[in-house]
Amino acid sequence: MSEQAVIEAKNLTKVYGGRAAVDHISFSVGRGEIFGLLGPNGAGKTTTILMLLGLTDISGGEVRVVGFDPAREPLSVKRRVGYLPDTVGFYDQMSAADNLRYTARLIGFKKAEREQKIAAALDRVGLAEQAEKRVATFSRGMRQRLGLAEILMKGAQVAILDEPTTGLDPHATSELLGVIRGFKAEGVSVLLSSHMLERVQSICDRVALFSGGKIALMGTVAELGREILGGGYVVDIEADGAGLAERLALIPGVSGVERTGIGKLRLQADRDVRPEAAAEVVAMQGRLKFLGVQEPSLDTIYTRYFERKAEQAVASKNGARHAA
Amino acid sequence: MQREGSAFAGLGVVTLKELSDHLTSVRMRVLEWLVVLVALAALYGAIQQIKDTTAEDPFLFLRLFTISRDPLPSFVSFISFLVPLMAIGLGFDAVNSEYNRRTLSRILAQPIYRDALLFGKFLAGLATLAISLLALWLLVIGLGLLLVGIPPGAEEIGRTFLFLLITIIYAGVWLALAMLFSILFRSAATAALVTLGIWLFITFIWPVLAGAAAQIIMPIDPRYASLGLPTPGTAEAEHILARLSPTTLFAEVVVAILDPTTRSLGPIYLSQMQGAVLGAPLPIGESILIAWPQTVAMIASVILLFVVGYVIFQRQEVRA
Ligand SMILES: Nc1ncnc2c1ncn2[C@@H]1O[C@H](COP(=O)(O)OP(=O)(O)OP(=O)(O)O)[C@@H](O)[C@H]1O
Ligand SMILES: [Mg+2]
Repeated sequence: MSEQAVIEAKNLTKVYGGRAAVDHISFSVGRGEIFGLLGPNGAGKTTTILMLLGLTDISGGEVRVVGFDPAREPLSVKRRVGYLPDTVGFYDQMSAADNLRYTARLIGFKKAEREQKIAAALDRVGLAEQAEKRVATFSRGMRQRLGLAEILMKGAQVAILDEPTTGLDPHATSELLGVIRGFKAEGVSVLLSSHMLERVQSICDRVALFSGGKIALMGTVAELGREILGGGYVVDIEADGAGLAERLALIPGVSGVERTGIGKLRLQADRDVRPEAAAEVVAMQGRLKFLGVQEPSLDTIYTRYFERKAEQAVASKNGARHAA
Repeated sequence: MQREGSAFAGLGVVTLKELSDHLTSVRMRVLEWLVVLVALAALYGAIQQIKDTTAEDPFLFLRLFTISRDPLPSFVSFISFLVPLMAIGLGFDAVNSEYNRRTLSRILAQPIYRDALLFGKFLAGLATLAISLLALWLLVIGLGLLLVGIPPGAEEIGRTFLFLLITIIYAGVWLALAMLFSILFRSAATAALVTLGIWLFITFIWPVLAGAAAQIIMPIDPRYASLGLPTPGTAEAEHILARLSPTTLFAEVVVAILDPTTRSLGPIYLSQMQGAVLGAPLPIGESILIAWPQTVAMIASVILLFVVGYVIFQRQEVRA
């Protein structure tokens, strides 16, 4: 795998009581990349994350995090990796800053750098005002941000976030995603798991779709779109001109044209065909009123993938019945 | 497999944090007041009793700890009763509270081993108990000086100081037990109930049960019984069984340390009595020798209970 990889997993496996919760998965996360782990409940996302951190034993396979083996060199890994658990907890009777001070001492920061780092981190996540407030008074969104502040303070090279946006309102989610983008801007790699597909899509460079402990699909959202939806770009056009639909159908990459209203057309394509479509309208001297594209949505990919799996399962069952 | 770095990285940080949590907690405040009030009551009884007795006593100061006046038990009995409660009060939610507050995985994602977390919590609990007991010890000595008016000798101070150390070890046994259950049970209430149940069993039921069990293992010899004497075998079996309880061990050590005339713990044989002047006090060194096996047994049980908890904790999943 590449020199730049900060996380590399090869055939990583975790067996709980004879059942594989994570089953021979391989993936790598590059420096400064945001990598999303997606999948239904119980797919093995959290288990994978815990193995990366050396917080649970690895049953099989190999894993390297920032060049170290989490099972043998857990301290080296944990010094360089920040972790936000799926339900992050703090010591409620202590203030936000005191909670971070405790972590900073555990990491081993000297007193002078400690205070400065804590102040900077709290400021970055917008908790500077609440620094001396007890965490007991914090909302869920504030706790999540405090968790991110801890990772910032740590100066981690990799941030591992388990469902960071679960339970947050849209505004809090946007704020949190803003902080996560900030990680990337600083060259910090991010591995995150999530159920909020739309939101994940907007920040992830690549995603891995988990299913039953295996990685079913991996790649950029566009790649997955091509693979699962066979195209996936939907271009909407509102323009007039006779015979436009026929001409648009001839554009390479367009697989279907559909009339959705008076003067309204919808194109199915495997790429963004807006420039060509606009050129066609102009060439016909038609008037272009609207031109928009819907990129393949992770939501659709996800739903479609699991629908297809269910269909295949039914089909194979029927097949088995026929054979019998 | 060789582990990287020190198992105790972060130990000091954890210990200090837990210690400050304990010292500022309401729970500790309540426990301390309970102990102080009860100790004062016992001391008051002892002082009244001492004032009423006119007999010469070379170890008057030590009597402060051991003498009782009805209906109050002696200071030592109160301590052996209350110290387990304090220790259980500090330890029953040591580990499960980290799970329940969901702080465990976040803390263990920092560059420390689980060893440091568990051992730090134990040390902090023990230090808290030691601080409270030391304060109590100073209080008793001060009050004794004021109210009895006889300055204690160096040996008496030494013996009471040994008593303090033994009490801290005894507290350690219960702390380790409470922490073991805080590892085993996710619910703090369950852990507290089970630990208190064991404490009740060991303190009140085991002594009775030990006697009954001894008679089954070593039936009473009718020849001794007809003379109104205990059967030596039965008595010995009962002693061995009773010593499985830390409370018995503690009581025996306390007798040896605070009563200088104690020559032996457990059944006394005639051979031991030969040549001994009855009632003559032993030097402090010999008292320590008599109490030594029991002390070692208590230290061993602290270590055993801690190690069992440690092994279980190492294998636990960090997820709640
Ligand atoms: N301690 C355990 N003992 C046995 N099985 C476990 C244990 N922890 C997790 N599992 C199993 O491992 C599988 C993967 O769980 P995991 O928590 O990794 O899923 P997840 O993808 O994070 O799910 P979610 O989206 O609900 O968080 C599940 O089937 C779960 O039942
Ligand atoms: Mg999970």
